[in-house]
Amino acid sequence: MNSLAAQVRYWWRELSGEAVYDRYVAHTRACSPDAEILSRRAFERQRMDAREADPREGFRCC
Amino acid sequence: MRTASPRTILVWTLVALVGAAGWSVLALSRGEEVSAAWMVAAALGSYAIAYRFYAKFIVHRVLKVDRTRATPAERLDNGIDFHPTDRRVLLGHHFAAIAGAGPLVGPVLAAQMGYLPGTVWIIVGVIFAGAVQDMVVLFFSTRRDGRSLGQMAREEIGPFGGAAALVATFVIMIILLGVLALVIVNALAESPWGTFSIAMTLPIALFMGFYLRVLRPGRVSEVTLIGVSLLLLAIVAGRWVAESALADTFTLEPATLVVWLVAYGFVASVLPVWMLLAPRDYLSTFMKVGTIVLLALGVVVSLPTLKMDPVTEFAGRGDGPVFAGSLFPFVFITIACGALSGFHALISSGTTPKMIQKETQIRMIGYGSMLMESSVAVMALIAASIIDPGLYFAMNAPAGVIGDSVQSASEAVANFGYSITPEELALAAKSVEEASLLSRTGGAPTLAVGVSEIFSTVTGGGLKAFWYHFAIMFEALFILTALDAGTRVGRFMLQDMLGNVHKPFRNVSWKPGLLLTSAAVTGLWGYFLWVGVHEPLGGINQLFPVFGIANQLLAAVALAVCTTLLVKSGRLKWAWITAVPLAWDATVTLTASWQKVFSSDPRVGFFEQRAIYQDAIDAGKVLPPAKSMDDMHTVVTNSTVDGVLAALLALLVLVVIADATRVCVRHLRDPAASRLSEVPYVKSELTVPDGIWATKAEKAEQAALATAAPAAPPSGPDSARTDGEP
Repeated sequence: MNSLAAQVRYWWRELSGEAVYDRYVAHTRACSPDAEILSRRAFERQRMDAREADPREGFRCC
Repeated sequence: MRTASPRTILVWTLVALVGAAGWSVLALSRGEEVSAAWMVAAALGSYAIAYRFYAKFIVHRVLKVDRTRATPAERLDNGIDFHPTDRRVLLGHHFAAIAGAGPLVGPVLAAQMGYLPGTVWIIVGVIFAGAVQDMVVLFFSTRRDGRSLGQMAREEIGPFGGAAALVATFVIMIILLGVLALVIVNALAESPWGTFSIAMTLPIALFMGFYLRVLRPGRVSEVTLIGVSLLLLAIVAGRWVAESALADTFTLEPATLVVWLVAYGFVASVLPVWMLLAPRDYLSTFMKVGTIVLLALGVVVSLPTLKMDPVTEFAGRGDGPVFAGSLFPFVFITIACGALSGFHALISSGTTPKMIQKETQIRMIGYGSMLMESSVAVMALIAASIIDPGLYFAMNAPAGVIGDSVQSASEAVANFGYSITPEELALAAKSVEEASLLSRTGGAPTLAVGVSEIFSTVTGGGLKAFWYHFAIMFEALFILTALDAGTRVGRFMLQDMLGNVHKPFRNVSWKPGLLLTSAAVTGLWGYFLWVGVHEPLGGINQLFPVFGIANQLLAAVALAVCTTLLVKSGRLKWAWITAVPLAWDATVTLTASWQKVFSSDPRVGFFEQRAIYQDAIDAGKVLPPAKSMDDMHTVVTNSTVDGVLAALLALLVLVVIADATRVCVRHLRDPAASRLSEVPYVKSELTVPDGIWATKAEKAEQAALATAAPAAPPSGPDSARTDGEP
């Protein structure tokens, strides 16, 4: 039962994009342990800025 | 030579029989009503066979995908935009990105020819053209670090063909936005319930944006839960508003809605992304995927009966009220997205290739998602075909043809050869709590009626009006998001083009340039919207064919790029897998453009139409459906613009195809001279399954790896790196 809930949580977080920050943290820790890790707030801002700069990122079809 | 096990042979024989049974019933039934179950059977059976055999053949024999070759996601992994993503998650993202209003609107309009031509094109088209295009573009873009279609066209075909492709994409974007906006206007005009619900999405989205930016950054689940609850509340509240004294405030004329929409498009596209676009995007994606899943369940549970004829008289005569022209070529341009859509090439060459774990997964993600999209189109066709044909034609014929009373509409429908009484028409409108359903063109209202019929049988006959407005909300929501996002993409292209003339434009955050280009793009699609709303001959009737031509011409550009790449990468023998769909698509669209420009039937040919109305003006006469001299002048101007546009689009695509052919011929004459910008081979370290379910061999391979190297970063529930998983 517990594992089913965990599965649902995992899929939901992956599909909704909520897991993106955790992935970034894990990736930065693993690849460059000395690098400064952005706060969630700063990270989400950076993602929005990237989308602002190139609207083709994340573009959806009609 | 590998031999198949008896069990495999048995299973695939059964699948083939199910598909064949579906097709036989659809094709052979005459006069009696057919269950939608047969259409579902034909579709699913055909998809399964195509996925298992044709797609597999393309992946392994033609593209020769390499399991050992690292993808950009693996090589350039930065944890953000390049990241090896679980294939099933990526399938979800890719599908959510390609699915939109297109596959829902087109099939509804094409139902005018009967359900059979549409079904055949949706299913055959996706198998041999649409899904192949999506997958091949995804493959080549993956081999090029996720290069966009435009970049690939420039690099592999040349600057001239590349520039033509860019201009074509821009023009297509503008027409697309204009027509989509027209679909919303037709759905919301004179409907206080719908207009209120949609208006409420603005404060809801602004609140969500604030929540994600300031209150709790990145907490998408919370905000989606809040947003969707508020959205459902807005739909329910729409009824209260429609029954209250506020109703008049939200009962808007088409012309007023145009002003609101254009203003919205401009403001939304210059606001920061986090404020409106990003939260709206979450909301509309959630609603979109949710409704598609509900609709699929609804169709399977209720298995409604198809009431439309398999093939109507309009197919041969070409004088249908929804759009003019005969079956060939107009069904094939009206149904774009569900069968073949050039726009998908922009997705397949953008985000997805940067996230795919293995080249071998392109079959599931590129081909598989497109099959899912096609099934959405089949459902839309079912929804349009289960409603009474009389109601269908009363809803989709322009006001100029059926008049504006239920009596005149009933008579006009009888002239088309169908029957519906004025009382039935009034009742249909009343059951969804709309003032009128006459001439609600554009597809969205018809789809909403079909959806409400399916859902209300599942929910026990009640709630019809709620489901109608739910369906309107879901379509309007993502069309509005598309208007915002599309305006931004159009602006980006324009900034890039103008940057060649005046440098500062290229800086995308240069404010004057930003405002100017945003205004230009909104003004352009706003023009088509305005024209569509004021068109005496019916906006959808006139503009949808131009939109269809534009969309299918973009597919021709994508297929031309694919074919060139196949030839240049030494796959000439197999280049037909995209060359044949290209030939078909080019034939269909160029024929349609030709007819739209040169046909001597005034319903079809824009210039013939122009000439007839101009002659009447010169003679001082007013021709119906025009009501005044002003209307006559409107028709003349619009026909001229539409005709020129149809000709221009055809010309641009001929340029791209000619340039691509030139490159292919040059390559065949002197293979050494052509350059292929493929990223060199790097060995992959990842071990992940290819399809949705891991095969026995893949599981064994992973188990072996997991015991050999226990510690590694997580990358998916059943990838070899299994720590940190639920």
